[in-house]
Amino acid sequence: MARIAFEALAHAYPGAAGHALKPMDMVWEHAGAYALLGPSGCGKTTLLNIVSGLLHPSEGRVLFDGRDVTGLPTERRNVAQVFQFPVVYDTMTVRENLAFPLRNRGVPAAAARARVEHVAGLLGLAARLDRRARNLGADEKQKISLGRGLVRDDVAAILFDEPLTVIDPHLKWELRARLKELHRQVPTTMIYVTHDQTEALTFADRVVVMSEGEVVQVGSPEALFEHPAHSFVGHFIGSPGMNFLSCAVEGREAVLPSGQRLALPRAYPPLRGKVELGIRPEFATVVREGGLPARLRRVEDLGRRRIARLEVEGMPLAATLPEGMPVPAEPRLAFDAVRLHVYADGWLAEGEG
Amino acid sequence: MSLALRGVGLSAGGRAVLHPVTLDLAPGQPNVLLGPTGAGKTTLLRLMAGLDRPGAGRILAEGRDVTGLPPRRRSVAMVYQQFINYPTLSVFENIASPLRVARLPRDEIGRRVREAARLLRLEPFLARRPSELSGGQQQRTAIARALVKRAALVLMDEPLANLDYKLREELREELPRLFAESGSVFVYATTEPAEALMLGGQVATLSEGRLTQFGPAGVVFRRPADLATARVFSDPPLNEAPAELSGGRLHLGAGITLPAPPGLPESGRFTLGIRAHELSLDPLPGAVALPARARLAEVTGSESYVHLDIGDLAWVVLAPGVRRPEPGTAVTVYFDPQRVLLFDARGRLSATPDLVEAA
Amino acid sequence: MSKPRDQRAWLLVLPVVALVAFSALIPVMTVVNYSLQDTFGNNVFFWNGLGWFRDLLDPATEFGGRFRGALWRTLLFSALCLLIEVPLGIGVALTLPRRGWGVAASLVLLALPLLIPWNVVGTIWQVFGRGDIGLLGAALNGLGIDYNYAQDPLDAWITVVLMDVWHWTSLVVLLCYAGLRAIPDAYYQAARVDGAGAWAVFRAIQLPKLQRVLTIAVLLRFMDSFMIYTEPFVVTGGGPGNATTFLSIDLVKIALGQFDLGKAAAMSIVYNLIVLTVCWIFFATTTRGQSEAVGERS
Repeated sequence: MARIAFEALAHAYPGAAGHALKPMDMVWEHAGAYALLGPSGCGKTTLLNIVSGLLHPSEGRVLFDGRDVTGLPTERRNVAQVFQFPVVYDTMTVRENLAFPLRNRGVPAAAARARVEHVAGLLGLAARLDRRARNLGADEKQKISLGRGLVRDDVAAILFDEPLTVIDPHLKWELRARLKELHRQVPTTMIYVTHDQTEALTFADRVVVMSEGEVVQVGSPEALFEHPAHSFVGHFIGSPGMNFLSCAVEGREAVLPSGQRLALPRAYPPLRGKVELGIRPEFATVVREGGLPARLRRVEDLGRRRIARLEVEGMPLAATLPEGMPVPAEPRLAFDAVRLHVYADGWLAEGEG
Repeated sequence: MSLALRGVGLSAGGRAVLHPVTLDLAPGQPNVLLGPTGAGKTTLLRLMAGLDRPGAGRILAEGRDVTGLPPRRRSVAMVYQQFINYPTLSVFENIASPLRVARLPRDEIGRRVREAARLLRLEPFLARRPSELSGGQQQRTAIARALVKRAALVLMDEPLANLDYKLREELREELPRLFAESGSVFVYATTEPAEALMLGGQVATLSEGRLTQFGPAGVVFRRPADLATARVFSDPPLNEAPAELSGGRLHLGAGITLPAPPGLPESGRFTLGIRAHELSLDPLPGAVALPARARLAEVTGSESYVHLDIGDLAWVVLAPGVRRPEPGTAVTVYFDPQRVLLFDARGRLSATPDLVEAA
Repeated sequence: MSKPRDQRAWLLVLPVVALVAFSALIPVMTVVNYSLQDTFGNNVFFWNGLGWFRDLLDPATEFGGRFRGALWRTLLFSALCLLIEVPLGIGVALTLPRRGWGVAASLVLLALPLLIPWNVVGTIWQVFGRGDIGLLGAALNGLGIDYNYAQDPLDAWITVVLMDVWHWTSLVVLLCYAGLRAIPDAYYQAARVDGAGAWAVFRAIQLPKLQRVLTIAVLLRFMDSFMIYTEPFVVTGGGPGNATTFLSIDLVKIALGQFDLGKAAAMSIVYNLIVLTVCWIFFATTTRGQSEAVGERS
């Protein structure tokens, strides 16, 4: 267990222009469940590798419980890692795989045995202990990778690098839930790297959203959904992501290009730069009367809900088509006014009242 | 163009890898093969492409028997999960490669490549090498190469599986437009129910080497012909419970009963299935209430997946908003008895649920 | 389902059948025929039945004793080559650089011995080991070590084994290097995270992942060393005495030195069967259990 802190941490790969990870300060608390979420190349894996010690940052420090570990190699950091593709030691049984980290550290056989059986029980691998690891399915191999981290009682943090990539949807559910339950039973700092918002949001208490080497927002799933600090977060979180409409803002009103006015829940000071209105598809509903006129392009039937793809003044917008409602010939759009946000040059504008 | 499979099956080592499949595929919309890894999707694609020869049955392309023909002599293009491009060729040359092989005139090649590049939004990158592109752009290049050939049949084997979630979402939105604009028959294999729904079109569900159902995505989703189909086409997994029918009511054990839908026999054993989004943590009018114990809550911000134990059954509820019941606490689950799926002892759907049809 | 089958396709196989018959079957049948006769190749044949084979397998006869001696020498030579070259090859492959200019340089250097014609290799070592003008021989003798491969059987053995190691270890190195490069980085990272030392990494990851490559390497090196002829013949001519007379050398002595074609034919058949049997047993045992790993995808 450990509190992990970053002080003025940054990284630039030798020879590359600019930072792969821009300077940042952050603290991850003991036994927290964190997710690093962002698209490929956003710097999330760089940050993870700095935590595990596979990569030495070009600037700044990493502290585990106040101790500077920046220069320590992986094997002396007490971290465990689960990789994208399952890594098991082919020639060993499940039991030997789980015991491997203990054997390497000279743990007595009897203690190691008890520990391995305990962890196998937690992971639902008890019945498979004496099977050869090579012949198991991808989901069980990932459990073994995870188990090799859990068997060590001194482990400071368990790192997950897109661990569900090669798992089928049905097994993903089981493994994800199992992970979350494990975090409750074995309070360890867990850090989960992924590009998949569902995995990040369901796993973590705190999600760190990254883009282009920068941390854009850190928050609970609710905060990221309800108050995206940046239009990138609005777009990246949610499926489909937040809609953005170019507009001008005058106090408590937004003015669309055509001159149509919309009431805002807050009053805004004069804003500079590119001003946009942000609304999530969940809070934009297709209606028959009132609201804004829109042009319907397509309806996506997702089984449990329907998404209407529309155009408002030439701008694309996704909205909810209520259950049971036939697709109207002349659709109109109603917004849940309190859910409207205003963004200036990408960043959430703070309003008053 | 059309593709028809007539009892196409394959066995290996005395074991049926693919039970006989009969399908009629048309252009204009995707034909999605949905099933978990190992269900037979890739086997079926390989048979359609002519890479393998079926052990039984016939494959007809526009009514013509092509069963024994090698892929070279069929009009087929394929897109794989891995981004496969020629690393030393530019994006333009990559897309143009099948046309160069076909020795088309130079201006025809240029025209077709630019058209495919426009559809897939690759115009700014035509001069680049694949290594200078993002994963999404690389896969779009591979798709463009498959399209430019104007093959009668385009096979896509989990083409978006290696892409970032958001990119996947964008391409899923764009692909149906491509399918509609092209005259080819598209077959698209995926493991993800959400993807099958988003692409729309026809869905063929596969389970353990067997084609279980084929029809419009919305219909197959709402009226799965059997338990296997319902399981394959549910994400989160289908919530199931054994049910005993007697006296016009279904007994779920522990004294919980619900009115049986019409059209069922006098008595019998059934499996009740209900999807996570049909369950509620708040009372509904006319709903059946089940006592449960909370095990885990996963919150996405807009919705919550609440995992529950009902006796020894593990169920998942998809509830709107943020719901975080403490693990171990008692909660009540509600559902509308009209919205359950009932499967008989042989797994066939016996009651048609009262579900809203697709728009 | 029954389907009319077109049998004309068999015609297309005819050229291959003819070629194989000409290049393999006819010579083999000739050898089988000779092995049952007593002949000196002057087109005079005396039927001998299985006589040569009986002699060959009975160490009490002159022929059998000679065969037994050469067989043991050859097996010992192969065993020594494998025991030295395989571990050494793995060891060298592990120390090779993974990136940078050193990769190309070391690969080219390693490949050099493989590019030298075999009789030249023999000549190089024949000269290299000579006590009067050879660098190795003269240096050893200068140090006061009595070394003479032409007279001392042990020295002769050391020389031919060293020569084979020098000539062929590179092959094992190149195969292992390719095998090692194919191991994904995640395995090494996982091992570091698990606190594994270099030895544990070798035992848990590298050796298991090299299994297939090593199977090929051992097979190739066994077949080559078991059938070695040119290099030791050039260096020692099979001597001193019969000390380095391996099966291949003895076979040539019988066939071309004594024109005892029946004996030679019988011996070559048994020789061939030994190679085939050893290879088959080795291959079957090492690849058992590997086939399960294949075919996981749908």
